[in-house]
Amino acid sequence: MKKNIYYFILILVTLIVFTLLYKAIFKSNSYIPSLAINKKINNFSAYSLFSNKEINIEVLSKEKKITIINIWSSWCLPCRNEHKYLMKLKQHKNIYLIGLNYKDNPSKAREFIDDFGNPFFEILSDPKGIIAIDIGAYGVPETYIIDNELNIIKKFIGELNSNDYDKIVDIANR
Amino acid sequence: MIISQIGNYSLIFGLILSFFLIIYLFLNFYGFIKINLNNIYSILFLQLFFVFVSFFGLVYSFVISDFSNSTVYNNSHTTKPLFYKISGTWGNHEGSMLLWLLVLTLFIFLFFIYSKKQPKNYRLTTLVFQEIIITGFFLFVLLTSNPFNHIFPIPIEGLGLNPILQDPALAIHPPILYLGYVGSSIIFSASLAALVSKNINIYWAQHIKKWIFLTWILLTFGILLGSIWAYYELGWGGFWFWDPVENVSLMPWFTLTALLHSISVLEKRSILKSWTIILSIATFSLSMSGTFLVRSGILNSVHTFANDPGRGVFILIFLFFLILISIIIFFFFQTDERTSTNKIYWMSKETSILINNWFMTFFLSVVLIGTTYPILLEVLTNEKISVGPPFYQNLLIPFLIPFLFFMAVGPNLKWFKSDYKKINFNKIFLLFFICFVMFFLVKKLDVKNLFVIILIISSLYLFTSSFIDLIFKRKNFSQNIAHFGFSVLILSIIFNGILSKEISANIKIGDEINFDGNLIKFKKIDVADKENYKSIIANFEIKDQKNKIILLKPEIRIYNQPNILTSEADIKSNLYEDKFIVFSILNREEIFNVRYQVKRFMIWIWISTFLIIFGGLIRLIKIK
Repeated sequence: MKKNIYYFILILVTLIVFTLLYKAIFKSNSYIPSLAINKKINNFSAYSLFSNKEINIEVLSKEKKITIINIWSSWCLPCRNEHKYLMKLKQHKNIYLIGLNYKDNPSKAREFIDDFGNPFFEILSDPKGIIAIDIGAYGVPETYIIDNELNIIKKFIGELNSNDYDKIVDIANR
Repeated sequence: MIISQIGNYSLIFGLILSFFLIIYLFLNFYGFIKINLNNIYSILFLQLFFVFVSFFGLVYSFVISDFSNSTVYNNSHTTKPLFYKISGTWGNHEGSMLLWLLVLTLFIFLFFIYSKKQPKNYRLTTLVFQEIIITGFFLFVLLTSNPFNHIFPIPIEGLGLNPILQDPALAIHPPILYLGYVGSSIIFSASLAALVSKNINIYWAQHIKKWIFLTWILLTFGILLGSIWAYYELGWGGFWFWDPVENVSLMPWFTLTALLHSISVLEKRSILKSWTIILSIATFSLSMSGTFLVRSGILNSVHTFANDPGRGVFILIFLFFLILISIIIFFFFQTDERTSTNKIYWMSKETSILINNWFMTFFLSVVLIGTTYPILLEVLTNEKISVGPPFYQNLLIPFLIPFLFFMAVGPNLKWFKSDYKKINFNKIFLLFFICFVMFFLVKKLDVKNLFVIILIISSLYLFTSSFIDLIFKRKNFSQNIAHFGFSVLILSIIFNGILSKEISANIKIGDEINFDGNLIKFKKIDVADKENYKSIIANFEIKDQKNKIILLKPEIRIYNQPNILTSEADIKSNLYEDKFIVFSILNREEIFNVRYQVKRFMIWIWISTFLIIFGGLIRLIKIK
């Protein structure tokens, strides 16, 4: 009898693991940026990378229809790759780019901007990565499109590509 | 065109043969017909032949670059060297599953030939289980990953093979690993069959031991090749990253290593029968889970999205079908082992092997939790976490210490019961001596972590102790050399970790860096056009304190199809250290980022693993 109970438990555990893994298969697919749509990001203030002034994001984005926050770092390789798209975005008049410099050495970050060009209207420093976590970022690079009330309109995880670029331009022109 | 048709229909014929064989065998078990063994040989050979035709049809399509086949189109290109056209056959999902199938049918054919001395009923039962697995894979290939899908209109050029897969080590890494995985399926089927036909005895142990050793050698070698590839090709300068995909190949290795030891207990003492069966089931289930986790795309990192859930669902259902079948069979056929003759004394080889098994189970659970916990947590709470090297190091190192001591002591104990009075006390003096030496070594090495110091002591103890056994005793050469190899492996990993150094800098041509007494000079850049890539080669000169000059030439390759940039490290190895250099392009034209690493005792990690494999190989040859 005791033996039967062990087997019953074993089969039960097996079935539970099965169910969880089964859900996991679809989970990894349902994991899309739409998850974060219509949520707000918390308001934050941070020091500017160049002027060392404290700047508030709500104030920055107030007058604009949409603001794009790009989380980047000089040590992050995908950030280098997506930089050309950010530079292209800068040329659009109605696109307003803010950089959030994630866990970086300020001098390295400035060097990076010197090397590749500055697409950002303002760069805010996040030396400990706290702001990025608070926004809900998983890593670098990530790009958020927000409106003037800090609602997230769209979120891009990982390196931006030409498709993402088109989407951003599309949203900006709406 | 026609080749794809032939390949496709061969697969269907192979599947039909599987069904036929299963029905044929069941009719025999229920007494409706009497099976003629010669027929079985013919059917198995025919099935092998069909899969063979199908596989080599695909290889041929790759060689002639037949882009009407979607697998070829997605993974090949006309400008690719012939070698990588061929290895591209199994460098993709569809082709690699076809390779699985080929190895499965090959192994069951070989198993049937080499098991003539075993009871007929046991052999036929093994065949049933194996054919069920084969049917599952046939269905998987045909339904979800058919390698012979057509494209119309026919594209002129293919999309190309990912350049990081264009590497000699990676060309043979998957086939060897698959041989290991499939070998575990034979052990699985044979164990269940032995359970059902009540054939678990000393003779069975002797017979299955060959397969266990063969599988173990292949699996170890497969993991080693993967690690070598990661070191030389990925250019991260490490050999093991505790990456989930690496972990899934390590998990069946733990249970298989446990099985490798416990099968001797079954062979010598006819005990631990159920445990042996459990380990066989676990090894195969873990191999299959590995395939599932990698192929379903669950393990993909946060930053990738595209997957085909259909495949994952199929393997998952199949995997759990097999696990449930094994549990049910185990439930109905397991026999009670508790009799007085089965007593295990604590000072015996049996106990030490059991201790090995406990440790293996522990190591397995650590890696299993580290790999699957993030997946399960995400399903339950939507939270994403990643488990990194510190988790594994903190949990494994403390337990590795007693494990190494037992590895040194265990093999010298006798079967059944050892005598206290015959213990060799010289070995205890040896331990004191090592502690004494370590006392001075610690100051020189500047190691702060106490666990690491004790770990060095215990591995040095295993090192010297197994070395003494190897030279003077020579009772069990294969085991001595494998244990010796393991101690060298642990030592080289520790010293590699402690003594390696690295520097990263942005420099121009003509610049010099002073690093660790060496002068690194960036001399010039060469550009060359190769068959399917453009290559930028940097020339570095390393001058050491004795003014000896070494030239290193790392490379950046710009592949044409697909258009991908890869960094090829240049590595100069000798017995003491590896000099490892890799560079990358920054957008500012004349400046390059250079990473230079000195990796101590790197080559010993490979040599020691080869020693371990060599030990297994000698044992395999010695088994009659």
